[in-house]
Amino acid sequence: MTKNEIKSLHEQYLNKLKKEKRIVRFVQVLIFILFFGLWELASQQHWIDPLIFSSPTKIWELFIQKSVDGSLAANIGITVTETILGFLAGTLLGTMLAALLWWSPILSKILDPFLVILNAMPKVALGPILIVAIGANMTSIVAMGTLVSVIITTIVVFTSFKEVDPNYTKVLQIFGATRTQSFKEAILPASFPTIISTLKVNVGLSWVGVIVGEFLTSARGLGYMIIYGFQVFDFTLVFLSLLVIAVFATIMYQLVDLLEKKLIQD
Amino acid sequence: MDFLTIKNLHHTYFTKTSATTALSDITLDVKEGEFISFLGPSGCGKTTLLSIIAGLINPTGGSVLLENKPIKTSQNDIGYMLQQDYLFPWKTIEQNILLGLKINGTLTPEKKENTSNLLKQMGLEHVGAAYPKQLSGGMRQRVALVRTLATEPKLLMLDEPFSALDFQTKLKLEDLVSNTLKNFNKTAILVTHDIGEAIAMSDRIILFSPSPGKVHKTFLVPDELKNLPPFSARNHTVYTELFQTIWKELESLDEE
Repeated sequence: MTKNEIKSLHEQYLNKLKKEKRIVRFVQVLIFILFFGLWELASQQHWIDPLIFSSPTKIWELFIQKSVDGSLAANIGITVTETILGFLAGTLLGTMLAALLWWSPILSKILDPFLVILNAMPKVALGPILIVAIGANMTSIVAMGTLVSVIITTIVVFTSFKEVDPNYTKVLQIFGATRTQSFKEAILPASFPTIISTLKVNVGLSWVGVIVGEFLTSARGLGYMIIYGFQVFDFTLVFLSLLVIAVFATIMYQLVDLLEKKLIQD
Repeated sequence: MDFLTIKNLHHTYFTKTSATTALSDITLDVKEGEFISFLGPSGCGKTTLLSIIAGLINPTGGSVLLENKPIKTSQNDIGYMLQQDYLFPWKTIEQNILLGLKINGTLTPEKKENTSNLLKQMGLEHVGAAYPKQLSGGMRQRVALVRTLATEPKLLMLDEPFSALDFQTKLKLEDLVSNTLKNFNKTAILVTHDIGEAIAMSDRIILFSPSPGKVHKTFLVPDELKNLPPFSARNHTVYTELFQTIWKELESLDEE
């Protein structure tokens, strides 16, 4: 086979890939348009109750109105801040707890059943207690975002600490390394990919914690917008909040994904 | 005076359901500058013995003395090369070879220079900034040797360091390691289950019998082989004779 033939075959292969990609994109956009189109149509024709299910145009109008008066941006800012704080705190605290458990095997044995109970327990059920203890403010909402993710982070990261090939620590021990040095040189860097991937899970979990927290306490934020809309029976407001949450949760997830790819390329 | 003295060493592993004796009544000594091989079938406690000499495991009985003093890992008297290279994949080659010096806090510009020179002597001049995965198996094992030698250990232990390599690389590395250790006049213990490797590289071969591990027999390698590099030693007539003798002895162990 000559070089030119191989080249043309390669081009054919690339064209095939491009074509496939185009079809996938096209269907994705089609689904998106169909969904909102049908929703709009169904609402206008009263196939569904427009009072409950609203409609894309009404949501859009409300979006413009709230954007102009600045209240939407303010609410987004608050919720996004709380979520970021919650998931950073959850990941950091969880990793630190995992380090502590790794440090003291006897402590990890003692705490094991308690971790299992705490992990199985739905953390959002602690919401009312948090509010009473900390107060109905941003701190208790961030605490909720943290609480939702901290235990599972501890368990996952601790497991990855334990699974680091013992021969790496053996190499260090022969050099006379202390436990701190072993942790710093082998255990932590070897578990870095796991920690980053828990970050991804924690983004989602912290959104849950923060939104529930806002349901319970807040007078601001996207969770509050949902609860308020529900109370005054303004479902356009509820849907607007939902769509905004979907967009921002996706953005945050993609950012962490990007971070992961950057950090774990080698 | 002997360099390394092992006396009545005994070790038993305990689990919930069993107590397994890995080593029983091991007594042997190693002279300074000597190259010893521990040969034996798997399950004869060779790696346990190395771990005890390295100070990683406390034996249930007996003593190990290096220059008449008990072993402590913090003194960096011992270098240990594992079956696989265990280079840290997230560190560059330079960071890897300087690891030991960094850990014990003796990383001076002079020692850094020495270590880089050592890497050059191993034929690896321009890999300092590379990561381990960019290197071939043979190159990585050479880097691991540099990492082990960097802290200037008095006693070097090699736990089947060539077993994961292809045959050609293995033969080349045997020559390189043997040469390097002779130049530095290092005392070394090689664990292997390859009779040929043991004969080609060492001055003395200690044959272990399994379950529980104990010293079965000691073979002295004749002078004409000792003075040859491993690759040439493999072609000597005396090599074949010794190989046959040890082979028969190993066979007799199986029958027992």
